[in-house]
Amino acid sequence: MIFNMEFETLPREAIEAIQLRRLKAVVERAYNNVPFYRKKYDEAGIKPADIQKLEDIQKLPFTTKQDLRDNYPFGMFAVPMDNVVRIHASSGTTGQPTVVGYTARDISTWAELMARSLQAGGATRDDIIHNAYGYGLFTGGLGVHYGAECLGASVIPISGGMTERQVLIMKDFRPSILTCTPSYALHLAEAAVENGMDFADFNFRAGIFGAEPWSEAMRQEIEKKLHLSAVDIYGLSEVLGPGVAMECQEAKAGLHVWEDHFIPEIINPDTEKNVAAGETGELIFTSLTKEAFPVIRYRTRDISSLNYSPCVCGRTHVRMNRVSGRTDDMLIIRGVNVFPSQIESVLMEVSQVEPHYQLVVDREGAMDTLTVKVEVGEGFFSDEVKQLQSLQAEIAGHIKELLGVSVKVKLVEPKTIARSQGKAVRVIDNRKI
Amino acid sequence: MFADQISVFLENKAGRLAEVTKTLAGASVNIRALSLADTSDFGILRLIVDNNDKAESALKEAGFTVRTTRVVAVEVSDKPGGLMSILEFLDSKQINVEYMYAFVRQRHDNAVMIFRFDNTDSAVEALTSEGFAVIKGDELYTM
Repeated sequence: MIFNMEFETLPREAIEAIQLRRLKAVVERAYNNVPFYRKKYDEAGIKPADIQKLEDIQKLPFTTKQDLRDNYPFGMFAVPMDNVVRIHASSGTTGQPTVVGYTARDISTWAELMARSLQAGGATRDDIIHNAYGYGLFTGGLGVHYGAECLGASVIPISGGMTERQVLIMKDFRPSILTCTPSYALHLAEAAVENGMDFADFNFRAGIFGAEPWSEAMRQEIEKKLHLSAVDIYGLSEVLGPGVAMECQEAKAGLHVWEDHFIPEIINPDTEKNVAAGETGELIFTSLTKEAFPVIRYRTRDISSLNYSPCVCGRTHVRMNRVSGRTDDMLIIRGVNVFPSQIESVLMEVSQVEPHYQLVVDREGAMDTLTVKVEVGEGFFSDEVKQLQSLQAEIAGHIKELLGVSVKVKLVEPKTIARSQGKAVRVIDNRKI
Repeated sequence: MFADQISVFLENKAGRLAEVTKTLAGASVNIRALSLADTSDFGILRLIVDNNDKAESALKEAGFTVRTTRVVAVEVSDKPGGLMSILEFLDSKQINVEYMYAFVRQRHDNAVMIFRFDNTDSAVEALTSEGFAVIKGDELYTM
């Protein structure tokens, strides 16, 4: 089933014609309304009129997460605040989130793209959607919610948490589509078993999972334990939120990027040059239709590749392959972005010295766990157990406060954290993704 | 009237305690008393040794986190109720014991206890004025 038959099956030439028209318009709008873009393009000697063909996008400078932070909170908005109807924010480093805004039209575009995504994922207007993405500043919950309503499905806005109650509602309301992070899906499966229930007795047909990296092996595990067909959804708040790209149930092989609204590119993150079609590199997105918060050539730091071959589902939009990693050392823990620099700032604050530390990520059962290893140096060491334990608790407490993620703090002996060329290896990711 | 104790941070894993004793043996340091406080993650080894400077530099050289802590060694009558009498006294003076452990050797047929107080100065003053025998560090290390 295809939500927007006309646009989702456009021939390539038609997609590219739309993209060029919209690209010219968005560059014009950004240049005229966002001082950041005007300054950047002036410095690079580029005018909106220089965009004559699609390839000309490669002349434009990139936009980075740091650029968004430098313009915190509303500096990147391209419309006056009275046209903004919604604000979301992503978890940010050093306590500073990335803030994004939406006009009424942006919200309705987003709803349509999410409706397309939900339908590609197997949902129809007859379905009940159990939406366990978090509602709030995070784009996941409300993004799916508006899409479900646009599709005409019935949505249960359960949000995250209160897992036992979720299981009860699954049993009684008999939802047929599950939307949440893949790790939470497995957590739900375990909770069902603990409460003497089984997903086999529920009514689920499909699950739409995203907001954190997962793998084919995890897909198989989810499908086996939850008795549904699991598909991958991609999005990031800077570009839109969930619904930038979606895997179709028919092929389950890559995620269709809604190309009438976004231009995806792949670059070599070191040379910053576009790679040949099909090659792997860093994913770059340009939003073509967003009014309040246009982004042009945004560096996602996600590693992927683009597949232009025809898809069995009939959709003509390019497929991005499952994100296989990150170019920086950002970690996604239970849907939350975690940067080592954030942890470092907490450790500095608590211990007053620059500590050696390492972040270790594991997947224990269904949940991602983050362990912060801290070397106990002399400035840090007390010979009383209770003081060291309160230090552990204080570090964990501050991290929870700043990032909303529970971590385990493990104190280790000096020089036990591996160093390469004198620099500590900051992140060990043991998740098998 | 204090004694210096060497405290060492240890991860709770196999072989770490052996590594400390090996390091001290290599520096010809004699351990006079020790106590180990541990959690599931880490432990703190507390040592009274015959030569603090040698012990501290050897352990630091070997990469351990070390610090010196002031403790108080007190003679305690070696009979039932001996320890109780001193603890009751400390309690009456509202002096908190952070931790304590026994010294191996006796002095004047009395047992010797090592105490760590939250306020070392007032503890020593109270103990001596009450007539408890507090042992100087220099004597303790070579007793």
